[in-house]
Amino acid sequence: MLKVNKIRRDFPILNQKIHGKRLAYLDNAATSQKPKQVIEAISNYYRHDNANVHRGLHQLSERASEQYEQARVKLAKFIGALPNEVVFVRNATEGLNLVAQAWGEFNLKRGDEIVSTILEHHSNLIPWQRLAKLKGAKLKLVGVDKNGCLKLEEFKRLITKKTKVVAVTNMSNTTGEIVPVESIAKLAKKVGAVVVVDAAQSTPHLPVNVNKLKCDFLVLSGHKMLGPMGIGAVYLKLQRQGQMEPYMVGGGMISRVESQTAQWAAGVDKWEAGTPNVEGAIGLSAAVDYLNVLGMANVRKHEKTLAQYALNKLAKIKWLKIIGPLDVARRGGVITFVCKFAHAHDVAQILDSEGVAVRSGHHCTMPLHLKLKLVSTTRASVYIYNGKDDIDQLVAALKKVEKVLF
Amino acid sequence: MDLYRQNILDHYKHPRNFGKVPGVKHKETNSSCGDEVELGLVVKNGQVIKVGFKGQGCAISTAGASLLTEQIKGKKLSAVKKMTEIEAQRLFGIKVNPARKKCATLAWVALQHVVKNY
Repeated sequence: MLKVNKIRRDFPILNQKIHGKRLAYLDNAATSQKPKQVIEAISNYYRHDNANVHRGLHQLSERASEQYEQARVKLAKFIGALPNEVVFVRNATEGLNLVAQAWGEFNLKRGDEIVSTILEHHSNLIPWQRLAKLKGAKLKLVGVDKNGCLKLEEFKRLITKKTKVVAVTNMSNTTGEIVPVESIAKLAKKVGAVVVVDAAQSTPHLPVNVNKLKCDFLVLSGHKMLGPMGIGAVYLKLQRQGQMEPYMVGGGMISRVESQTAQWAAGVDKWEAGTPNVEGAIGLSAAVDYLNVLGMANVRKHEKTLAQYALNKLAKIKWLKIIGPLDVARRGGVITFVCKFAHAHDVAQILDSEGVAVRSGHHCTMPLHLKLKLVSTTRASVYIYNGKDDIDQLVAALKKVEKVLF
Repeated sequence: MDLYRQNILDHYKHPRNFGKVPGVKHKETNSSCGDEVELGLVVKNGQVIKVGFKGQGCAISTAGASLLTEQIKGKKLSAVKKMTEIEAQRLFGIKVNPARKKCATLAWVALQHVVKNY
C-alpha cells in the first residue's frame, strides 16, 4: 500500500474536523482533493507568470505559453499520446460533446449505429442520444445483469457493419467496474468504427495508455486526478483530426480571417477557441507530476487492496447490498451500495454526521438505476490518501445509520 | 445530524395522516432522488376537515409531509393558503440544510397545487 500518512501531509484540506469528527473523505469519484504542490503551482503562476498565452511577445506571455504547452506535453506523455493529439477542455463532458459534434456530425449518416452501454455517465450518453436524433442514427446500449455488471458478450452482437461509433467508459463511476476497452476496440476496429473512451474515472486510478486501449478519442477530467476544476482534456488521434471540424469558433483557432471567411489553425489549436484555462493546465501538470512520483501501477495496487478491505467489511453488513462486480481484479475503488431500509440521502447525511463524506443519488447514471429498479444509491470512493482507517470509520458510521433509521 | 432527532424520526417511522388521500389531491415528485408525495384535502365551510398523504421517500420528505398534515388539519383554508415555504421548514424545529430543503418541502409544494383548486 502507499504511504498514506506521508501523502496526507500534502493535502491540507484533510486536516480538519467535520462535526467534531475526523474527516474520512470518500467522495473521490466526484472530485479528488488537491495536494499543496498543485495549489502552489497555481498560486505561483498568478504570483509570477500570469499573462495571456500565445501571440504575446513579452516575457510573461512567453512564460505562460511555455508552461501551458509544457502541461500539454506532460499530460500527453501520461496517457501515451502525442502533444499534438491533446486538446484542453473544461471537463470530460466538454470533451465528449466535442467528439460527438466536431467528429460525429460530419461523419455519421442516416442508418448508422452508435454502440454504448447502459452504465455510462450521462456525459457519455446524452451527446450520443442527441447525435443519433440529429443524424437519424440508432443508439444501441449494452446491458447489465441484475448485479449491475456489464454483459460483455453483448458487444459482439451489437457491433455490426452499421456501427460507426463505440463509446464506452473505461471505469464506471457508479459500479466501479473496469471495462476491457482493449477487447471491445478490437471488435470496433473490425467494422471500422471509431472508439471513444470516457476515462474520467480511470485516468486518476489506473495506468491509462491510448495506444494500448486502441482508441480514437479519449476524455479525462483534471479535477478527479488531483488537478483543479475547469480543466480536462480530450485525446484526438492524429489520423482522425483530418475528419473533424472545429468545435467552437473564434479567437485563437484561426490562421487567417477575412471579413466573410476564415481559415482554421493547424493542429490542436483548431479545437481551443478563446483564452484557455492556463491556470488549470498548470495545476493539472503539477497533479500529473504528483501521480508520476507515486506511479500509477502503485496507485492501482493501493486501491485494489483498499477495495478488497472495504468489500470484506461491507459484506458483513446484512442490510447492505453492493452494486457491480465483487472481484477486485474487475473493479476499482468506487463502491456503491443500497441500504435496504433507508433512502440514500438519509444514509449519506448520517454518515456526514460521523465525518464520512460519501455521495448519494443517481450519480449521473439514471438509466443504470432505472434498469436495476433503484431510485438512488450511496457511493463511497477511495483515492491515494485513503487508508483502512477511513473504511473503518465508514463501517462504524454505517452502524449508526442502522441505529438511527432501522 | 440534528435533523434526525427523536421527534422527526418519530414522524418518519410513524407518519401521521398517512395512507388514505382524501378529496382534492396532487402528487409531487422529486425526480432527482425519487421522492414522491401525494397529498389531499377536504375543505368544508372554509375549514380543512380531512387531510392525508401517501408516497415514498427519504426520512426528511416523509417527516415533512407528516408534520405538515398535522399542522394544517382543522385549520382555516385561508390560513393554510398563507403558509410559506419557510414556515413549512420551521415545522422541523431545526434549521434544514440547503441540500435537504427540497425533501423537507416536497409536501408543501404538493399543498400549493391542491389549495389552488379550492
